[in-house]
Amino acid sequence: MRALVRIASWLYALVVYGIIFLPVIVLVLFSLQATSFPIPPFTGPSLRWYDAVLSDTRLTSALVNSLLVAVLSSLAAVTLGFLSAWGFARFTLPGSALLRGLITLPLTVSYLIIGMGLLVLFNWAGVPKSLLAAGIGHVVINLPLCFAIIYSQMGDHQINIERAARDLGAPEWKVLLLITVPVMAPAIFAGFFLSMTFSWDEFVISFLLTRFDTTLPVEIWNLLRSGLNPKTNAIGSLVFAVSIVLVVLFELTLLRRKPA
Amino acid sequence: MTAPLVDIRAVSHRFGQQTVLKNVSLQIEPGSYTILLGPSGSGKTTLLSILGGFVSPSQGMVFIRGEDCTSVPPAKRPTTTVFQDYALFPHMSVGANVGFGLRMQGVDAATRAAKAREALALVGLASAFDKKPHQLSGGQRQRVALARALVIEPAVLLLDEPLGALDLKLRRQMQDELKAIQKRVGTAFIHVTHDQEEAMALADHCVVMNDGRIEDEGPPERVYARPATRFSATFMGESTILQGNVTEAKNGTISVATPAGAIMLPGTLQPGAKVALAIRPEHLVLGAAGGVALGRAEVSDVVFQGSFKRVLAISAKDPALHFIAKAPASATVQTGDTVAVSCNADDIILLTD
Amino acid sequence: MNSAANSGRALPWALVTPALGWTLLFFVLPFLAMGFSSLTAHEGGSFTLANYSQFFANPAYWHAMVNSLEVTAIVTLISVLLAYPFAWILAEQVPERWQRLALMLAVLPFWTSYVVRSYSWLLVLAQNGVINRALTGSGLFSEPLQLANTRLATVTGFVHFFVMLLTLTIFANLKQLSPSYRKAAADLGAGPVRTFLHVVLPLTLPGIMVGAFLTFVLCIGDYITPQILGGNNELLMPQLVMMQIGRRGDFPLASALSIILMAVVTSAYLACARWLKIERA
Repeated sequence: MRALVRIASWLYALVVYGIIFLPVIVLVLFSLQATSFPIPPFTGPSLRWYDAVLSDTRLTSALVNSLLVAVLSSLAAVTLGFLSAWGFARFTLPGSALLRGLITLPLTVSYLIIGMGLLVLFNWAGVPKSLLAAGIGHVVINLPLCFAIIYSQMGDHQINIERAARDLGAPEWKVLLLITVPVMAPAIFAGFFLSMTFSWDEFVISFLLTRFDTTLPVEIWNLLRSGLNPKTNAIGSLVFAVSIVLVVLFELTLLRRKPA
Repeated sequence: MTAPLVDIRAVSHRFGQQTVLKNVSLQIEPGSYTILLGPSGSGKTTLLSILGGFVSPSQGMVFIRGEDCTSVPPAKRPTTTVFQDYALFPHMSVGANVGFGLRMQGVDAATRAAKAREALALVGLASAFDKKPHQLSGGQRQRVALARALVIEPAVLLLDEPLGALDLKLRRQMQDELKAIQKRVGTAFIHVTHDQEEAMALADHCVVMNDGRIEDEGPPERVYARPATRFSATFMGESTILQGNVTEAKNGTISVATPAGAIMLPGTLQPGAKVALAIRPEHLVLGAAGGVALGRAEVSDVVFQGSFKRVLAISAKDPALHFIAKAPASATVQTGDTVAVSCNADDIILLTD
Repeated sequence: MNSAANSGRALPWALVTPALGWTLLFFVLPFLAMGFSSLTAHEGGSFTLANYSQFFANPAYWHAMVNSLEVTAIVTLISVLLAYPFAWILAEQVPERWQRLALMLAVLPFWTSYVVRSYSWLLVLAQNGVINRALTGSGLFSEPLQLANTRLATVTGFVHFFVMLLTLTIFANLKQLSPSYRKAAADLGAGPVRTFLHVVLPLTLPGIMVGAFLTFVLCIGDYITPQILGGNNELLMPQLVMMQIGRRGDFPLASALSIILMAVVTSAYLACARWLKIERA
């Protein structure tokens, strides 16, 4: 009976892994296609489509734009999120629960609706479509996330640690720099990293709020209009590879932090 | 007469609708070891927070060294707190933790390190200077927290259930060390606990709190032997409690009617007054040898405690009356036995609340 | 406990105001603007309820909502049914030291770009894609099947993503369960099946509800997957919204449709609030 469960488990897991990996394998395999269509039979391996991606200035500048928007919007989101989490965790503010609810509210709303709202508002206020507008949208979606992560980590123990520092004579700004930020570093880092990945991958807000200069997902979308194309496979595989490297780095730094 | 080191005057405190401190006044002498003893919710921790400056009292004033400190922030008052969870800075070495207060005072690194080492040596942890807090055991962290608080030479050290997180054996051991360290540095310690054994072992001055009020205060020997209230008679050690009414009073002697019969003892109360008589377990005699007979009782439980036996018995006259006695380890008493119970008149504690 | 000796009331407000201000300015205000816009006429800008009445009057519009709800329900159901056993196997059958790796592998395709993930499925499901080639090549079918540009394709793309997400949440849930529950149940005479049904499943149910709710919200508001995989044969709500902006520049109608979509999500939230609260407590 036990062995039967084991075998069934293995089979099931194998099938699910298969489904999960099927599209990724197809994507990467046909990025190495030598001919112009990413469909069987496989004619590669060839790096010509990677060449095409790297010499496409629209894609490379979109990649730079994406990085820029991701880094800057995540910095803004994590800064605002951290400060507000600190404020709410440390002090009793009137209507605290309500205000905290307000900050986390965007988490329950689709990106499409957040993007639509900003589009209508910016359109009405005469703000032109731009990377800045998209960045503002990315802060809206990532601020509640950073707030929630950091706020949840500020427990009573953290509060006591800060009290101890104040008790020993530290002024407020030294408490912040010497105690709170270093102690909260893992949560701050996690918030920043998650914001980065969400902003990096976000499509609909960028699609609605940018025009000429745009982010990578939107540029890939534009590429899709030309139908199935190994170039799309190549850029997709590249993004995948970069993400994997980042995730592994993140895991390693996190694992090294663990004992602390 | 010198002014008290700490003078708490008529302090009350409310959290929202709930009053947690009711008109509390307390004076603390320099160099003393004071224990605030009480069950959870008695207000002892709030009182400590008010002393530490983490909470401003709703009413009343706090003087430390004769200065009004009622709304002085924690950093600016001559107190430091040892937190229950120690609140060591997890990202700093033990040395940096202990040196933190000096660093905030602008003391240079070399002096800081030297003083931190000195303080660590005082608590017996000289070798832990370069370690991180997570590498230490609970008892060691406790000592680091103590060193960190002592190194800036506060006038008063506040300890919030400092031994609460330790296991029993370690607690008793740390308890002895705390007392020794306090004697060595001479700083006044104010220590909050709900453990009466800890209180008796450590305190020069024991303050029993209940429901936001001070029930009793004084040397632990006195509080134990002559508790002022029924609460302190039951919280600080166990007692058999006899409810009664004064029926007669003359020549400094009163007669009290209790479920165990009439008892004569010294007192000046008026007839009709409601009283309670408390008898410590070690004073309750199983047998008729005591001067005051308390009737017969059936033994309901005998618990062997190592050096003695704790005997519970139910009065034959009133099943609501439970006797608690301490019998020698060699006693042959067994569950189901019926025994005579008595005591000496001197050992009866008269409680009038 | 209120901290008494903090530096007045200015500091805490200085800390929370930027985040609150940002949320008000770029989340609440846009929403109000959208609400206002939804009540104006596309031509002329006068006050009207036409944008809302249009939704109910035009079957093409409310069919999009029905489609959205159907697809989302199917996706949520299939994803939970697929992910739960998978998460259980990872948590119970895989040896402890390999679990982290197994889980990381299981969510690896998360890290492909979101747009690319749907595109990859298109490669698999296309007329002359991998599956059709395999089917015709093996002689099972003489004609390639219509897989892309169908509801099946949309559901497949969604399920792929949400199985990964739900595996993560359910796995975390299963691992949080103290092993003593299972030991206690076994000790009291429950076999593995009854232990699972009466102890493990009920205790992980709140986690499943949270995961399912997340799936619902993310799925119903997604534009990319149905647009790439489902095509325009059958419109879902987000496609309908985008179509108003893209082709016709009809912001008022797009706003009204967005608000209707959001109202549906909010009602779902309120319906689930009971279970979601259990999780928080």
